[in-house]
Amino acid sequence: MYQRSLRPELSLRALAVWRRNYLVWKKLAIPSVLGNLADPMIYLFGLGYGLGGLLPQVAGVPYIVFLAAGTVCASTMNAASFETLYSGFSRMHVQKTWEAIMNAPVSLDDVVAGELLWAAAKATLSGVAILVVISLLGFVHSALALWALPAIFLTGLAFAALGLIVTAVAPSYDFFMYYFTLFITPMTLLSGVFFPVDELPAPFQAAAQAMPLAHAVQLIRPLLFGQVPDAPLLHVAVLAGVAALAFWIALILTRRRLLS
Amino acid sequence: MAPLTVSDLRKSYGGREVVAGVSFALQAGECFGLLGPNGAGKTTTLRCCLGLTAPAAGSIALVGRPVPQEARAARARIGVVPQFDNLDPDFSCAENLLVYGRYFGLHDKVIRARIPRLLEFAGLAGKADTSIRILSGGMKRRLTLARALVNDPDLLILDEPTTGLDPQARHLIWERLKSLLADGKTILLTTHFMDEAERLCHRLAIMDEGRIIAQGSPRELIAGQIEPQVVEVYGEDAPGWAQAEAGRFSKRCEVSGETAFCYVADAAPLLAHLAERPQLRALHRPASLEDVFLKLTGRELRD
Repeated sequence: MYQRSLRPELSLRALAVWRRNYLVWKKLAIPSVLGNLADPMIYLFGLGYGLGGLLPQVAGVPYIVFLAAGTVCASTMNAASFETLYSGFSRMHVQKTWEAIMNAPVSLDDVVAGELLWAAAKATLSGVAILVVISLLGFVHSALALWALPAIFLTGLAFAALGLIVTAVAPSYDFFMYYFTLFITPMTLLSGVFFPVDELPAPFQAAAQAMPLAHAVQLIRPLLFGQVPDAPLLHVAVLAGVAALAFWIALILTRRRLLS
Repeated sequence: MAPLTVSDLRKSYGGREVVAGVSFALQAGECFGLLGPNGAGKTTTLRCCLGLTAPAAGSIALVGRPVPQEARAARARIGVVPQFDNLDPDFSCAENLLVYGRYFGLHDKVIRARIPRLLEFAGLAGKADTSIRILSGGMKRRLTLARALVNDPDLLILDEPTTGLDPQARHLIWERLKSLLADGKTILLTTHFMDEAERLCHRLAIMDEGRIIAQGSPRELIAGQIEPQVVEVYGEDAPGWAQAEAGRFSKRCEVSGETAFCYVADAAPLLAHLAERPQLRALHRPASLEDVFLKLTGRELRD
């Protein structure tokens, strides 16, 4: 009996899948970018000025500046998650787009890789759009912020890969609510997006260190403040490790779902 | 090189063997049909042939390559029309073809050069920029067929190509498939429409419960499997009549609802008998592939 290798079976055809998604996105690019910007900016201004007015400086900067850096990370995470969950599920399960692609000389692994890279790219655009806005508002001062670009992409990859795992096992759209409620939302609160992690009780601080978003925040926020992050290689390694491992798990689960 | 050779293919789901030792081989340039009721294992057989699922046992050679080991390379020479349309709803007709061609590694220039001919073939000339959301079912099917031709394949695999289409749309698909055969393409199709199989297929295999139970040309199957004449007897009294009298005229008479199907070598004595019974209506016709199919797979529903 033929046994499929556990190794990913990847080729450059993954880029054709990426280009398919890009062509769809291009048709609605402007509303899509504005839509991705609106929600985080409302929170940023609402909380940043409203709540920030009550607060002294946080981590040595005005609260809105502190929050702006966290918002870049959280938006990147959200964009990657939404793309792989809702849009990915549509393409996989509802529209059967993946099935159509797999009748061509493209492996399922290529399809999933194309989706991963696409979601990471879209998430990067979302994070960078906010970065651009907060730079224009004068919340970013240093050229070090350019290093945030690859860090944002890496964050997008990690959360896209995690999202693909959830999509691989989802019976319907309703299932995604669990992922957001039980994973994404608590992680956002624990990872230092809205307030410094050291405000949390000790056990939660330890838990935060296990969260990929916390590493993204610890990597990206200092860069926007013009500082070199502490232990940057650790954060990069955690995000890259999450991305690689989650992608592999997503592949195995998606193969089980579609190729059995 | 044979387009497709399948030997002793087996595949189980949850302990049930849905493909239980299927063997067949296609010759270049022919149309080969897999017929069978729902759940016979047709679609699973196709999925195995395309390398989309690994069989439990058996061997497959698709355009000369072992599958699933070299399925990806083999699929480069294949066009597939799936059972359910999976065109990209976000794209126009032309974009659907362009994007699909890229999955074969074709350059945009090559694909764009092919698009007008493909659209014309599909009867969609002038609809290049039309969104597929507003196409009729028949148009979508034809576009799916055109999409399957974007790589100029040697072998076309169609899973129930005309299910859900109206008669006009079905005839147009058949006509297109015939023109592809005339161009030298090889076709493998599954169907449960006997008229489709009789019209298109040079050879066919009837599948039931994961096995091929008969194989041959439509004519051979009709000649070899069944009596040449059928007399259908209708009316409220038909079942009672069939029980009491049909046996005198016909060795095999099947009742379904208010119709008795009497299979005979010579219909004249039965027709003379029926002429004296005006309460029964009769239709005399030659045996068809459908009669063979029903004889081999039974009349009970398959859901």
